[in-house]
Amino acid sequence: MSDTTHFVSREPFDPEATIAAGSVVSERYAKASQARLIWWRFLRHKVAVVCLVFLALSYASILIVEFLSPYELQSRHTDYIFAPPQAVHLFHDGEFVGPFVYPLDYSLNMETLKREYAEDTSRPLPLRFFCSGEPYRFWGMIPADKHLVCPPEGGTFFLLGTDRLGRDMLSRITYGARISLTIGLVGVTLSFILGITIGGLAGYFGGWIDATVQRTTEILRSIPELPLWLALSAALPVTWSPLLIYFGITLILALLDWPGLARAVRSKLFALREEDFVVAAEMLGARPRRIIFRHLLPNFMSHLIASASLSIPTMILAETALSFLGLGLRPPITSWGVLLSEAQNIEAVALYPWLLLPMVPVVLVVLAFSFVGDGLRDAVDPYQH
Amino acid sequence: MIRYLLSRLVTMALTLVAISVLVFAIIQLPPGDYLTSYIAEIQAQGEQVTAERIAFLREEYGLDRPLWEQYLVWATGLLHGDLGYSFEYSQPVADVVGERMPLTLLLNAATVLFIYLVSFPIGIYSATHQYSWTDHGLSFLGFLGLATPNFLLALILLYLANVWFGTSIGGLMAPEYIDEPWSLGKVGSVFAHLWVPVLVIGTAGTAGMIRRLRANLLDELNRQYVITARAKGLPERTILFKYPLRMALNPFIADLGGILPQIVSGSVIISAVMSLPTTGPMLLSSLRSQDMYLAGSFLMFLALLTVVGMFISDILLAVLDPRIRLGAKSAR
Repeated sequence: MSDTTHFVSREPFDPEATIAAGSVVSERYAKASQARLIWWRFLRHKVAVVCLVFLALSYASILIVEFLSPYELQSRHTDYIFAPPQAVHLFHDGEFVGPFVYPLDYSLNMETLKREYAEDTSRPLPLRFFCSGEPYRFWGMIPADKHLVCPPEGGTFFLLGTDRLGRDMLSRITYGARISLTIGLVGVTLSFILGITIGGLAGYFGGWIDATVQRTTEILRSIPELPLWLALSAALPVTWSPLLIYFGITLILALLDWPGLARAVRSKLFALREEDFVVAAEMLGARPRRIIFRHLLPNFMSHLIASASLSIPTMILAETALSFLGLGLRPPITSWGVLLSEAQNIEAVALYPWLLLPMVPVVLVVLAFSFVGDGLRDAVDPYQH
Repeated sequence: MIRYLLSRLVTMALTLVAISVLVFAIIQLPPGDYLTSYIAEIQAQGEQVTAERIAFLREEYGLDRPLWEQYLVWATGLLHGDLGYSFEYSQPVADVVGERMPLTLLLNAATVLFIYLVSFPIGIYSATHQYSWTDHGLSFLGFLGLATPNFLLALILLYLANVWFGTSIGGLMAPEYIDEPWSLGKVGSVFAHLWVPVLVIGTAGTAGMIRRLRANLLDELNRQYVITARAKGLPERTILFKYPLRMALNPFIADLGGILPQIVSGSVIISAVMSLPTTGPMLLSSLRSQDMYLAGSFLMFLALLTVVGMFISDILLAVLDPRIRLGAKSAR
């Protein structure tokens, strides 16, 4: 503010004009909304911004999964069972050809009974881009056959290898993102609704409702989560359709997640209820509903969103763990956890290590969410610095 | 002190009762009672079940009585050490479990010990050497430890052990000791195998613990009494150990309540991945076959482990910090 010129104006007081007389920076700050301030502060956290971009790209990709993956989710290649990842080459005999793969030659090693694949390095098969490949139904409705990258004519393209049915791992991981990434969002939304409602009731009414909620959350927090999740999802009827199972699992994840949020809402309500601005609003004749939604809730909404964003990775991990153990989602739904459940058998992992690859996106997404959540949490606290 | 102990004991008992109701509700959740699944099992083996036998069994297990009475029968059975009847194994649950429960206890206790022993010195070092390279490196490792799900860590370790040493690091004892009576050699073998699962389960907890101890200690180190002590000319070591460390220790111990559920959860899934002879794999298989009484006993056991652990941490905290007892008294 050192560059601000101070003067006494004879004009009638106009707040807009006063701000305009200041420096450009302070004008922007003074006029910015709370959300904008939070955003600016978030931008200072470089790692979090990078992670946010990564997450945005990941979520955008699940919209066009069919286009991005070279094969369909369930298409089998019975000649290429447990094929190792195929390398993409650029040079053939010292000559630049562009991205291409060598065809795979299959042979059964009669001594070890292992499937062995060798690259036939005599003929390069260039990859095709933005091409017509396997036909699919976009979003299960619109028939189409365009892909970002297609296997070469008469060849295959398994960048990350194939599984025990000869299905392309890369395509399956891309499709799995659709389930794994959304389950955290749906679960957090559910737990958010539960947490705000229950915590709000407890904080607003107090008394025996508050006591009951407090005891319930304490009990829920003292039970180890995973066994309870397992037990609840084991109790889901086997006859349910995949879609029902999906929502059942998200509900189970949310059922154990809300206590933390409810406690936060309650304690914030308790603390803010005594603040001067609430008394002022009461004096002005505002009704309880207006006070809660207009004056109290906006005060800690950003905090809630930040803490909710920290529980998305927990949910993604929980779903992965459940499906990995065979008690969460089951095929034909394909999530990263379902893909990883193929890697449960250590013999299989030792022979075909590329079955472990779905854990790479899991770790990346979880790390990214943790950093974004940390950045948000720091950014929403306006009085920290 | 005694008063605090008693009130804490009552709370613990009430929590356990509430959990047992919850577990019983879960047992009842799958469609049909356990007799239907039992009969289905018998029929699947090609044997016939007569109507009289069904009626007999129904009365025997009290299935014709109202739900709350069934609950009472089950709960009092639990108190007497009668854990119910496993249909999968056609044996009382207590016989199926065998040494799995003590081994589970050992695994979890060892993990708690590991977390404290490792995070304590590292946390102090990180706080006293803030923003040094070691501190940054440890923080990064901690982040990685928090983000990597422990079962994936276990898978990677199993894979690496297989590739590098050609051996399996699964199990909790050498194969020749399984189903053997306890001997010195067996105990030694268990301890030789224990460190891998303990390391895997404890990683996330250790990382979190280091971060919290570091933050707490940093808060204390910036207080004015530390400056006073330094101005008086006390040696750095005395300053650290005499005051700030003792203050930072309280949340460190109170956190046991927070990490215990996490450890118990972790031990279940790690036991399944590494096929340890603990309750984990059996809980899973019983859940998969909807053998709910067996699963219920395991759930109850794991909850008991957690709640008792939290009780112990509260008592420890009360011993260390006199303000907590005062708080309890004034709250009455």
